[in-house]
Amino acid sequence: MNWVETFRTAVDAVRAHRLRSLLTMLGIVIGISSVILTVGLGQGAQDKVKDQISALGSNLLIVSPGSTTSSSGVRGGFGSSTTLTLQDASAIADRDVVPDALRVAPVSTSSTSLTVGDTNWTTSMVGTTATWPQVRARTVSQGRFFTSAEVTSGADVTVIGADTASELFSGPVSPVGQQVSVDGAQLTVIGVLASSGSSSTGSSEDDQAVVPISTQKRLTGSTNSSVSTIYVQGASDDTLTAAYQEINALLLNAHDVTAASADFTVSTQQSLVETANSTNKTLTVLLGGIAAISLLVGGIGVMNIMLVSVTERIREIGLRKALGATPSVIRRQFLVEASLLGLAGGVIGIVIGYVGSLVLPSLIDQPVSLSLLATCAALGTSLALGVGFGVYPASRAARLTPIDALRSE
Amino acid sequence: MSAPVVDLSGVRKTYRSGSIEFEALCGIDMQIDEGDYVAVIGPSGSGKSTLMNLLGCLDTPTEGTYLLGGEDVSTMTEAQLAEVRNRRIGFVFQQFHLLASLPAWRNVELPLLYAGVSRVTRRERAIAALEKVGLGGRVLNRPGELSGGQQQRVAVARALVTEPDIILADEPTGNLDSGSTEAVLGLLQELHDSGRTVVVITHEHEVAARAERNLVIRDGLITDDMLVGAR
Repeated sequence: MNWVETFRTAVDAVRAHRLRSLLTMLGIVIGISSVILTVGLGQGAQDKVKDQISALGSNLLIVSPGSTTSSSGVRGGFGSSTTLTLQDASAIADRDVVPDALRVAPVSTSSTSLTVGDTNWTTSMVGTTATWPQVRARTVSQGRFFTSAEVTSGADVTVIGADTASELFSGPVSPVGQQVSVDGAQLTVIGVLASSGSSSTGSSEDDQAVVPISTQKRLTGSTNSSVSTIYVQGASDDTLTAAYQEINALLLNAHDVTAASADFTVSTQQSLVETANSTNKTLTVLLGGIAAISLLVGGIGVMNIMLVSVTERIREIGLRKALGATPSVIRRQFLVEASLLGLAGGVIGIVIGYVGSLVLPSLIDQPVSLSLLATCAALGTSLALGVGFGVYPASRAARLTPIDALRSE
Repeated sequence: MSAPVVDLSGVRKTYRSGSIEFEALCGIDMQIDEGDYVAVIGPSGSGKSTLMNLLGCLDTPTEGTYLLGGEDVSTMTEAQLAEVRNRRIGFVFQQFHLLASLPAWRNVELPLLYAGVSRVTRRERAIAALEKVGLGGRVLNRPGELSGGQQQRVAVARALVTEPDIILADEPTGNLDSGSTEAVLGLLQELHDSGRTVVVITHEHEVAARAERNLVIRDGLITDDMLVGAR
C-alpha cells in the first residue's frame, strides 16, 4: 500500500471520529497558538523599542550619568548620579576637542504641572538648548523653536508637544502666543512640536514642554548645572565610533577618572537596542518555554488518545490484518494518522495565533509581530509532535495479533 | 487431480498460559481439493476455531506442516502470512467485521487496497463483486444502513473480490435469521458451483448439510470425514 492510500485511510479515520480528533488536536492547538503569540509579543516589544530608539534621532550618541555609590556601598542604577554638567556639554560641543560631534544638546528633565485657565496638565518639562530639534530629529509644526539667545537669557518661553497642546488648548485657538503658568511663572508658548509620528513610540514624545535649560533651572530652583542626559549627534554614521572614543576620552579626562571608575556612560542607539532586546529576549524565552511545555503536554495528549484509539479500534486493526495488512502497513497508517492530527492542530493553532495577533494589540496595547520563521517552526514542531508521540501507539497497533484483535468484543 | 489446495500433515497446536499447557489440536492430517465444499463441524471447545485460525493463516502450527496452494505457510513470518492471507484467502466472519465508517464498496475494496491494486480497478472490481452477491444497488450504503443478511453478503463480496484460493467462512450464519441464512448459504453454494473452494466452520448441522464433505472434529482430532449427499 503506497503513501497516498495510507494518507487517504488516515484522513478517513480522522474524519470518522470527528469529535475525538478535535479533542486530540486541542492540546496542540493551544500550544501552537500560545507559542505563536508569545514569540509575536516578544518580537513586537523588540520592534517597539527599536522604533522608539531610532526615533530619538540619527547618528545619535547618548551620554548618561553613571551610577551612584553611597557611603554604605549601595550602588544606584545608571543615570542616578548627577555627574554630567552643562560644562561637559559645551566641552563636547568644541569641535577642536571632539571633531566628529556635529551638534550637542544637553537635556535636564523634571516633572511639572502646566496650567491654562482652569485646565491642569502634568507633564515632563525638558530643559535644553537650541540645537535640540536637529539632534533629536524633531520639527516644529506651528510657531518656532527657541533660539540660543533665549537660552542664554533664560527667556520665559516654551515649545509644547502636540498631545500637550491638545490637552491644554481646545478649540480653534492656536496655542502659539498663549500663556501657560508653570510653578507661578508665566511662559509664552512660541511653538508646537510636530507629532513624532509612529504611534508605537508611545505618547511621551508628544507630551512634553520644552523650555530653555536656563529657564528650567530657574523654575525648579536648581542651582547646580547638572543635566540628566547629553545627546550628541555624530557628523556621520562612519565616524560614530570615533566620536564615541573622543567623548569618552574627553569626559574621563575632565572628570579625572579611569575607565574602570567612569561616572558616565556613552551609548549608541545600537547598544541601547541591544540592551533592551536582551531584557525582552529573556522574557520571550521564559514565556516561550511555558508555551513549549504546553506543546509537550499537547503531544502527550495525542499519544494518550492514539493509544485509546488503538484499543478501541482493535477489531478494525484485526480485520485489516486478516485482509492482508502487514504490521508495517498498520504502523504506517497509525503514524500518518497521528502526524495528521498534529499537523492539523498546528494549522488551527497558527490560524488562532494570527487571529489573536489582530485582536490582542487593541486589548493590551502591545504590538504583536508574527514572523514567517516562527510560523514554519510551529508547523514543523506540530508535525514532529504528531510523529514523535504517534510512534508508540502505532507500534502497539502493529504488534497486535489478528486473532486476538478479531475476537475481542 | 492436481495437488490439494490445503494440505495439513501432523499439525499440532499447543497453547501455553503460564505453566499450563493446552493442546488444542493433537495431530491433524487433512487435504482439501480445489473446488471442494467442506464443512468443519464440531462442538465448541473441539479445536474448531484453532483449526480455522490455522487454515486462515492467522496463526501458525506448533508442530507439523501446512501447505496452502503448494506453499509451506507453517514457518512464515507475520508479514509473509499477511501477504498470503491477502492473496489466497477470503474470510467471512460470524460478526461480519465490516468497517462502519465506510460505504459497502469501500469495505469490499479493502483486500485489493492491501494488494496494491489501482484505485480505479479496485472500484470496478468491488462493484462487480457486490453485484454478484445481489447488492448492486447498495454500493454506497454504510453497514449501519444494511440488514444483517445484507451485511454478511457484503462480507462475502469482500471475500471473493480477490479471487482467492479458498473462501473461509467462520460460522457465517451464526448471527442471521433463517431467511438471511438461506440467502448466504445460497450464495456459498453459488460460489462452489462456479468452481471455488469453500470451507465453512460451523456447529449447525443444517449448514453443514449443504456442503459436499463434512469433517467432524472433536478434542483436537478429526474423528470423521464423510461425503454428504452431493447434488
